[in-house]
Amino acid sequence: MSQPPFSNMFAEIVGHTPFMKAIGVHYVGTGPDGVTLALPYRDDLVGDPETRVLSSGVVTALLDNTCGMAVWDRVNEFKPLATLDLRIDYMRPAMPDNELKATARCYKLTRSVGFVRAFAYEVSPDDPVAAAQAAFIISNPALRAKA
Amino acid sequence: MSEDLSKLVRREDCHPADVLAAIPFARFLGVYVELAGDELTAHLPFHDKLIGNPMIPALHGGVIGAFMEITAMAQLAFSEKFDHIPKPIDVTIQYLRSGKPVHTYARAVLNRVGRTVANVEVSAWQEQKHHPIATLQAHFLIG
Repeated sequence: MSQPPFSNMFAEIVGHTPFMKAIGVHYVGTGPDGVTLALPYRDDLVGDPETRVLSSGVVTALLDNTCGMAVWDRVNEFKPLATLDLRIDYMRPAMPDNELKATARCYKLTRSVGFVRAFAYEVSPDDPVAAAQAAFIISNPALRAKA
Repeated sequence: MSEDLSKLVRREDCHPADVLAAIPFARFLGVYVELAGDELTAHLPFHDKLIGNPMIPALHGGVIGAFMEITAMAQLAFSEKFDHIPKPIDVTIQYLRSGKPVHTYARAVLNRVGRTVANVEVSAWQEQKHHPIATLQAHFLIG
């Protein structure tokens, strides 16, 4: 009997992350393409009131969080993570009044590092608002204790 | 109601505090600026909603990133005159230490401001300025 996937916990984890709760992010699902979170449009998250485009910082926060969860999905258990670096390319403004989604996939996992790629989009990752590349350090208490 | 951002960044006497007041998300985070002559320091007072990991507890990495992006924009708007609001093209964030649940500061340096692109570097710290919790490099479209 195999253990249930750790992604079963993701909705609850997002709900218990204070900043994700504060900006209204919710968990969508996990599949072969990775982990998906979504952020419904809100006026108080806007960067420029004239265009009503979301602040790039909001996109950064959503991508950062989704990337971390992609590593958890790959590790398939809870391990403390620390973001090492995060690079984001902003391709176009996010469309006002539209829910913004982010999908992240951990494409390589070593014993201590997870490498992730992610896209933020409204409809399809093929038409991205932003793309991210991140590296995470995975704390491994068991390994450290052995050393 | 605050003034339009695009009007603000064109003004000669553009104060960075007015720029931040015109950005809803900067208000949401609680960011404000302090000027010592022409030196700008951005402040992010601690608030419970800014937490990413409640067990440590640590500031959300996205909060630190967003704070540094806003700092870069405030510095650009303060130092230069633009026809449009600077838009980020890309940002690279290095996380150096976990962000404690305390007051955070940031300062930006404009490495180069060209005709269409500006290169900006930001450093964020808490108790000790020479022990930054994160740094950011960004390119902004300014043309």
